[in-house]
Amino acid sequence: MTEALKLVPKAEAKQSMKDFKSDQEVRWCPGCGDYAILAAVQGFMPELGLAKENIVFVSGIGCSSRFPYYMNTYGMHSIHGRAPAIATGLASSRTDLSVWVVTGDGDALSIGGNHLIHALRRNVNLKILLFNNRIYGLTKGQYSPTSEVGKITKSTPMGSLDAPFNPVSLALGAEASFVARTVDSDRKHLTEVLRAAADHPGTALVEIYQNCNIFNDGAFDALKDKQQAEEAVIRLEHGQPIRFGPEGSKGVVRDAATGDLKVVPVTAGNEAQVLVHDAHSASPTTAFALSRLADPDTLHYTPIGVFRSVDRPVYDTLMADQLDTAIEQYGKGDLAALLAGNDTWTVIG
Amino acid sequence: MTSQVSSPAEQADGAGGANEVSQANEALVGEQRGGGQHGAVKEVRRLDRVIIRFAGDSGDGMQLTGDRFTSETASFGNDLSTLPNFPAEIRAPAGTLPGVSSFQLHFADHDILTPGDAPNVLVAMNPAALKANIGDVPRGGEIIVNTDEFAKRAMAKVGYETSPLEDGSLDGYRVHPVPLTTLTIEALKDFGLPRKEAERSKNMFALGLLSWMYHRPTEGTERFLRQKFAKKPQIAEANVAAFRAGWNFGETTEDFAVSYEVAPATQAFPTGTYRNISGNLALSYGLIAASRQADLPLYLGSYPITPASDILHELSKHKNFGVRTFQAEDEIAGIGAALGAAFGGSLAVTTTSGPGVALKSETIGLAVSLELPLLVVDIQRGGPSTGLPTKTEQADLLQAMYGRNGEAPVPVVAPRTPADCFDAALDAARIALTYRTPVFLLSDGYLANGSEPWRIPDLDELPDLRVQFTTGPNHTLADGTEVFWPYKRDPRTLARPWALPGTPGLEHRIGGIEKQDGTGNISYDPANHDFMVRTRQAKVDGIDVPDLEVDDPSGARTLVLGWGSTYGPITAAVRRLRTAGESIAQAHLRHLNPFPRNLGDVLKRYDKVVVPEMNLGQLATLIRAKYLVDAHSYNQVNGMPFKAEQLATALKEAIHD
Repeated sequence: MTEALKLVPKAEAKQSMKDFKSDQEVRWCPGCGDYAILAAVQGFMPELGLAKENIVFVSGIGCSSRFPYYMNTYGMHSIHGRAPAIATGLASSRTDLSVWVVTGDGDALSIGGNHLIHALRRNVNLKILLFNNRIYGLTKGQYSPTSEVGKITKSTPMGSLDAPFNPVSLALGAEASFVARTVDSDRKHLTEVLRAAADHPGTALVEIYQNCNIFNDGAFDALKDKQQAEEAVIRLEHGQPIRFGPEGSKGVVRDAATGDLKVVPVTAGNEAQVLVHDAHSASPTTAFALSRLADPDTLHYTPIGVFRSVDRPVYDTLMADQLDTAIEQYGKGDLAALLAGNDTWTVIG
Repeated sequence: MTSQVSSPAEQADGAGGANEVSQANEALVGEQRGGGQHGAVKEVRRLDRVIIRFAGDSGDGMQLTGDRFTSETASFGNDLSTLPNFPAEIRAPAGTLPGVSSFQLHFADHDILTPGDAPNVLVAMNPAALKANIGDVPRGGEIIVNTDEFAKRAMAKVGYETSPLEDGSLDGYRVHPVPLTTLTIEALKDFGLPRKEAERSKNMFALGLLSWMYHRPTEGTERFLRQKFAKKPQIAEANVAAFRAGWNFGETTEDFAVSYEVAPATQAFPTGTYRNISGNLALSYGLIAASRQADLPLYLGSYPITPASDILHELSKHKNFGVRTFQAEDEIAGIGAALGAAFGGSLAVTTTSGPGVALKSETIGLAVSLELPLLVVDIQRGGPSTGLPTKTEQADLLQAMYGRNGEAPVPVVAPRTPADCFDAALDAARIALTYRTPVFLLSDGYLANGSEPWRIPDLDELPDLRVQFTTGPNHTLADGTEVFWPYKRDPRTLARPWALPGTPGLEHRIGGIEKQDGTGNISYDPANHDFMVRTRQAKVDGIDVPDLEVDDPSGARTLVLGWGSTYGPITAAVRRLRTAGESIAQAHLRHLNPFPRNLGDVLKRYDKVVVPEMNLGQLATLIRAKYLVDAHSYNQVNGMPFKAEQLATALKEAIHD
């Protein structure tokens, strides 16, 4: 069993996907990418072998945040943007729970941006699934903090003006110890990434590109269309050279002049220079450079997979350790002694 | 000292001007102190009570000086009440009026209720301190000034064109000009400290002088200084030396011919062991006690804000009680984390003040909807917006009552004195845990920083707050299946079950969307929503709170009704009026939501109801709306507690109006 899950009780019997389906009717729009993610999560949970009663899903507000209702675990559908804060309180007071946060691009990066970055820097034992559809769905189609500049929506009829966040860059900048990206339609990849996130001690941020077929249909087609994807998607695998394209004809190398990363056709001459992906690198510099490769408009050169996965002390464990240390140093709290303090006087009747 | 309002031993809390009383009750004490180097014998007079105010720059250490004098006084056995008053700036510009920090202490040989209206003694460390405080000192009062600071420039800075020490403007006061800075430096000359460093001990010199004047015990302060500066023994000894030099100065100099004794208040206190305690400390201890009594771990989610931060600091020290404190990224995350911990089975608390309460509103609404126990501690301060961070006010009552979207009732509990914050915290926890609801605990800046003696309770006096978590199905479906319904209520309390993550078979989802009665599933059904709104209200309305006690020894026609920290000044004013032969009834609310069941009947028994508040009439608005009573507001919103004399005058007018 991995470090991340060693404090969580194990299931007594073998579980199946069915065990994780709640009795609630799923109410996302037909064709929504969320269905695929729900199926992948329900399908992968039995692998963890955790007692289902020790799993909690916490969400904020938005389409994706209905997720907990459909999981037959403990769950809380909270308020807009605040799920990481609420989950932090739960995880830091109950190290025996596996706590998952489900959020969207508006929930996590707009109204809840503050809580997200602070959860990441603290390294609370949370697995954050950020469903990024680059649009506000539940409020019917306004642009989001990940929408491309110039996005025409109901609230931006002449095009949006503000530059989008790159969630992976943001998370790396917020000292995240685990950052990954995957795509709703690639069940196998999605599951692999979820598995890696679950294994990670501390906060894991998984950005999931998710299609909103009503308000932003086809936002990720460049990564899904078989022909285009070959050119667009860079699959990161720890310890492997970063190559993609037909027969791995392209590769990522470091620009000797700027230190930045760039994509080049791989030749016999430069093959040795192709970067080998190191998700465990102590420095986030290369992971950040990878997160900047993609063209925000065409999505060409979009890396997916685990950008960064490093061990860092986990907040909840540190907090529990301080309690233990305090008891070792001062003994278990004695309320009578505390109330009395050092300066008392006695009145005799 | 919090006393029974109907106590037969009650005394006039300084009927008439404070100074008058001390004069009237001065008595020569038989023994006389041996004099100083000239062999003069110094007179010792006995007083029944004294009000001292220490005032200086915010960097002069006046709060520490006041705290130490208070500790000496508490351990001597006087009853006491304190009023620290300081600017929001950490180091406000030196020598300016806004930079003045003061600490007022009222101590007596009998039961007292307030920090006192007007100081008998003012210690002014500089011209600004004199100027800012002289208006509060009645003629005849004693003023000890640090003459070293009365240079032309320093005086000009606060608008003194001529020296008040020489131009006759202090005629009528008993002025003691003391070169405190020079004397301190002189006393510390053997320590080899830089001048600046030595000067800093002048507050301890002043404390030593006052300790001599009022026969305070000194061991505690010396022990305190050696502890505080344990890592800098030279500084510790320098402060002890300054403190002793101040004492010896009083003993030897002819300017201080008289010293005063205030006997311990042995009659005022029921039997027991006592300590001095501030409101924030009492509240912190109340939370730890509630955690023990509930057998639940305490979890505090908080963001630093004045004057609530001391609770975060205090609880952070007690991790060996299983207390988890989480300093969040903002107010919202503070309460969010607390709510998450409540879901996990902790006794969850968030602490805040002023604008912090507004930021927490949405999460309080969620807690109302989730029906989880959560304590929201609001140390009220001057508002709106940033307002007056270090000053007191009671203007968050309506926000606590109504400051959320939708129908979101929240119980409200308010402590009445610093020590009462302990009991109020336990009571708020009782309500939160029994009824599975967020609860507002409304303290304020005056209670938070003020202090008084507290009878330390025996642990077996504390209430049993243990809760029953749900561990199995609580409902049988028509087909006989046993299920768990997270919103199936206890028929008596209307509380819903609290089933913790980790409990097998009870997996359930809760959220802020309206829930179907019983199952807790999402429901947009109109009739269900109407039912749920009314049920949540009925749950809060049905909370068990004790009946309101009325103190009415003479069948009065006028009732004064207060809540929260106005208890001391109102009770002091009522005592004054009764001593003067007036007839007035008094009642004080701890529970503002729900109100005590008998409140309507009580109000109807009186011809006139007067409600003094440190706001523009928020409780008055509530009772007028609910009971159709023509309640009269008496309001003060100046950041300071009411003065007893001023309240007595206003109440007297109301009686005879």
